[in-house]
Amino acid sequence: MNVLSLARFQFAMTTIFHFFFVPFTIGTIFVVAIMESMYVHTGNPNYRKMTKFWGNVFLLTFAVGVVTGLIQEFQFGMNWSDYSRFMGDIFGAPLAFEALLSFFIESTFIGLWLFTWDRVKKGLHLFFAWMIVFGTLTSALWILTANSFMQHPVGFSIRGGRAVMVDFGALLSNRQLLYEYTHVIFGALLTGATILTGLAAFQLLKKRSISDVNKKIYHKTIRLGLVLMLIFSSCEFVAGDFQMRYLVHEQPMKFAAAEGVTTTTGEKAPWTVVGYVDPKTHDIKGNIDIPDVLSILSYHKTTGAVTGMKEVNKQLEKRYGTKIDNHKMDYYVPANTLFWSFRVMCGFAALLFLVSIVGLIMTRKGKESLYSHRWCLWVLAILTFSPFIVNTAGWLITELGRYPWTVYGLFTIAQSVSPSVSATSLLISNIVYFSLFTILAIVMIALTVRFLRNDPEEWEKAGDEKRATDPFAKGAF
Amino acid sequence: MSASVLQILWFILLAVLFSGFFFLDGFDFGVGMAVKTLAYNDAERTQIVRTIGPVWDGNEVWLITAGGAMFASFPYWYATLFSGYYIILLIILVGLIIRGVSFEFRSKSSAAHRHIWDNIMAIGSFLVPFFFGIMFISMIKGMPIDANGNIYGHFFDYINWFSVVGGVALTLLCYLHGLNYITLKTKGVISDRAQNYAHALYWVLYVGEVIFALLLFFQTDFLKVHPILTLICLALIVGFSVAAHVSTFKNKQGIALTFSGLTLISLVALIFCGLFPRVMISSISSKYDLMIQSASSSNYTLVVMTIATVILVPCVLAYTIWAYWIFRKRIAMPKIGEVK
Repeated sequence: MNVLSLARFQFAMTTIFHFFFVPFTIGTIFVVAIMESMYVHTGNPNYRKMTKFWGNVFLLTFAVGVVTGLIQEFQFGMNWSDYSRFMGDIFGAPLAFEALLSFFIESTFIGLWLFTWDRVKKGLHLFFAWMIVFGTLTSALWILTANSFMQHPVGFSIRGGRAVMVDFGALLSNRQLLYEYTHVIFGALLTGATILTGLAAFQLLKKRSISDVNKKIYHKTIRLGLVLMLIFSSCEFVAGDFQMRYLVHEQPMKFAAAEGVTTTTGEKAPWTVVGYVDPKTHDIKGNIDIPDVLSILSYHKTTGAVTGMKEVNKQLEKRYGTKIDNHKMDYYVPANTLFWSFRVMCGFAALLFLVSIVGLIMTRKGKESLYSHRWCLWVLAILTFSPFIVNTAGWLITELGRYPWTVYGLFTIAQSVSPSVSATSLLISNIVYFSLFTILAIVMIALTVRFLRNDPEEWEKAGDEKRATDPFAKGAF
Repeated sequence: MSASVLQILWFILLAVLFSGFFFLDGFDFGVGMAVKTLAYNDAERTQIVRTIGPVWDGNEVWLITAGGAMFASFPYWYATLFSGYYIILLIILVGLIIRGVSFEFRSKSSAAHRHIWDNIMAIGSFLVPFFFGIMFISMIKGMPIDANGNIYGHFFDYINWFSVVGGVALTLLCYLHGLNYITLKTKGVISDRAQNYAHALYWVLYVGEVIFALLLFFQTDFLKVHPILTLICLALIVGFSVAAHVSTFKNKQGIALTFSGLTLISLVALIFCGLFPRVMISSISSKYDLMIQSASSSNYTLVVMTIATVILVPCVLAYTIWAYWIFRKRIAMPKIGEVK
C-alpha cells in the first residue's frame, strides 16, 4: 500500500461518510421548517408536535455531520499538502466564507431554535428555523463553488507554480456550479422528504396501538413528504438532465463512462441499459442497447454522435501528454463504477418519482387507502434507506469521473499528495477514522431507533414537563 | 521584499480568530473536563453541561473559521503545519469528534449509558487543548522544515519538555477558564465549588507560567527577536492570571471570566508576536523559515477575503452576542427524576 492509494481511500471514506449526513440534514431541516411554517400559519398544535418530533431526528444527525465535516477541512492540509499549496489561493476562500457565513449561522440558530420553544414569539422561533435552512443552503453553495472549480477551473491564472484567483465573480458564475448546486440541493431536499416519509411509515408499521393524534401526525407527515418528493424528484430530473448535457462537452470522459460508450457512436446513438466495460481492453460486453435513445438524452434531438472513451482518451493524451512529472498517464476513469452508479442514481430517482405519484393518489382526501395497506407502508419505509445509496452513487460519478485530476486539466491526484506524510501515519489515521465511523454509525442508528420509540404527542408532553423545571424558563424571556 | 499591509492584516486576523476560539471554546473544554472532575453526581453533571449546551457548537466554529482562513490567506503555512503535525492533528480531531457528538448522544441515551458519554466528553475536552498546546509550543521552538516547506520530524521534535509544559499550561488555562464560567453560569453548590477549585488551582498555574517563561527564554529566539513585545506578552499573561485570581476572591465572577479569557488571548498574542514576520520557524536553517510575504495568498484573494470579513464578522459578533444575551440566566440544578 502506498501513500497515494491510502490517501485516496481516506478521502473516499471520509467524504462518503460525511455525505451520508449532509443531504440528510439539509433536507430534513427544510421539511421541518415547512412543518413549523404550517404550525405558525394554521395555529394547529399537531404541526407543532410534528415539528418538534422530526426536529429531534435532525439534531441527532446534525451533530455527526458537523464533526465529520471537521475532518474534511483538516485533511486537505494533512493528506494533500501539495494540493493545498497549489490551490490554496482559490480553494481556501470559499471554505473561509462557508465558515463565516454559514457555519456561524447554523450553529448559533440551532442553539436558539432548540432552546427557545415557547419562550419567544412564534414568528421569531420560525425565523430561527429558516435561518438554519439558510445556513445549510449557503454552506453547500460555498463548498460546491470550490468543488466546481476543481471540475471546471475558471477565473484563474497560473503564477509561480500555483493557481491564483483573478476573478472571484467567475468562480461564482461557473456554469458547472449552477448545475452541480441545483442538482445537489434538489437531491438533498428529496433525501429529507423521502426519509421523513419513510420514518413516519415505520412508526405506523411498528406501533400496535397508536393514539388518534399521533396517527394524524404520521399521516400528515407522509402526505407532506409525498408532495415534496414529487416536487423535488421532478426538479431533480431537470437538473440532472442539464448537468449531463453539459458534461457531454466539458467532461466527455465522465459522460462516456457514465453511459458506457466505449467507441464513438454513429449519428444515431444507442443507449446502453446494462453492460460491463472490460477494464483492460475498454470494450463493453453483454450490453443491451436501445437504439437512438442516447442521442435524445444527450442533445434532445434524434441525431447526434457521442464520443467514446477510447477516442476521448486519445484526445486527452494529445492535449495533456502521456507523461506528467514522469508518471505515465492515461485518462480512463473507473468506467464500471461510473456506469452502474449512474444507473442506480437514475433508477432510484425514477422510483421515488413513481412512488410519490402513486402515494399521492392513494392518500387523496376522502380516499386514503394507503395507510390501511401494510405493504404500501413497507414500500415507503424501505425507501428510507435509498437516498443514502443514491447520494453516494452521485458523488462517485462526480469525483471518480474527474480522474486522474484533482483540478481538471491543471493538477493531478499524484501531484497533490503530501510528500512528508508516511504510509504508516496514513494507515493509522485510516484505521482510526474507520473505527470511529463504525462506532458513530452504530450509536447513531441505535439512538435514532431508541428515539423513535417515542411518539410526537408524548414527546411534547415530556418536553413540557421538563421545561417546568427548566432554568431557562424563569423570567428569562 | 517585505510583507504588505494586507498580508500583515491577515496575520493579525488569524491571531484574532485563534483568540476567539480559545476565549470561547476554551471554557467549553474547561466545562467538559469539569464534568468528570468537578461534579459529584448526575444532576450536577447535567447542570454544568447545560451551561454550554446552546453555545458550544458556535464556539467551535471559530476554529473552523481559523482553519479555513489560514488555508485561504496563508496556504503554504496551512500545508506545512497540517501535513507536518499529522498525528497530533489526528488526535485533536478525534478529541473534537468524540466531544462534539457526546453532547447530543448524552441527552439521547439511557441513564445507564450516560456516564460513557460523560467520560468521552471529558477525555475529548482534555485532548484538544493539551495537543493544541503541544502543537503551538513545539512550533515556536522550531521544526525541521526543509527547503520545500515539508516537515520530517522525529518524536522529540513534537514531544519535548517545552511543548509538554505548554500543553499542560494551556489545558490548565482552559480548565480555569471553564471553572470561572461555571461559577458565573450556575446556581448553588456547584458554583461555589468551582470557585474554590479555581482559588487553589491558580497557585499551580503560577508555577507553570514561571517554568514556561524560563523555557521560552532558553528554547526559542523570541527574546532575541522581539524582546519588548515578548516581555509585554509574558507580563500580560501573568498579570491577567493574577487579576482573574483576585477577582475570584472578591467574587467578581464576570470579571474573573473576562480575565481568564484575556490570559488565553495573551498567550495567542505571545505566539504570533514572537513569530512575526515568520509564520513557521525552521530548526534546520533560518533560510527555510516560512515568511508572511512568501507563505500568503495573492493580493487579489486577500482583498476578496478582507471585503467579506469586514461585512460578515460584525454580523457574526452581533448575533453571537444576542444569543448569549438570550441565554444569560444562570443554570439551576435539575430536579430529581428529570431526564436529560
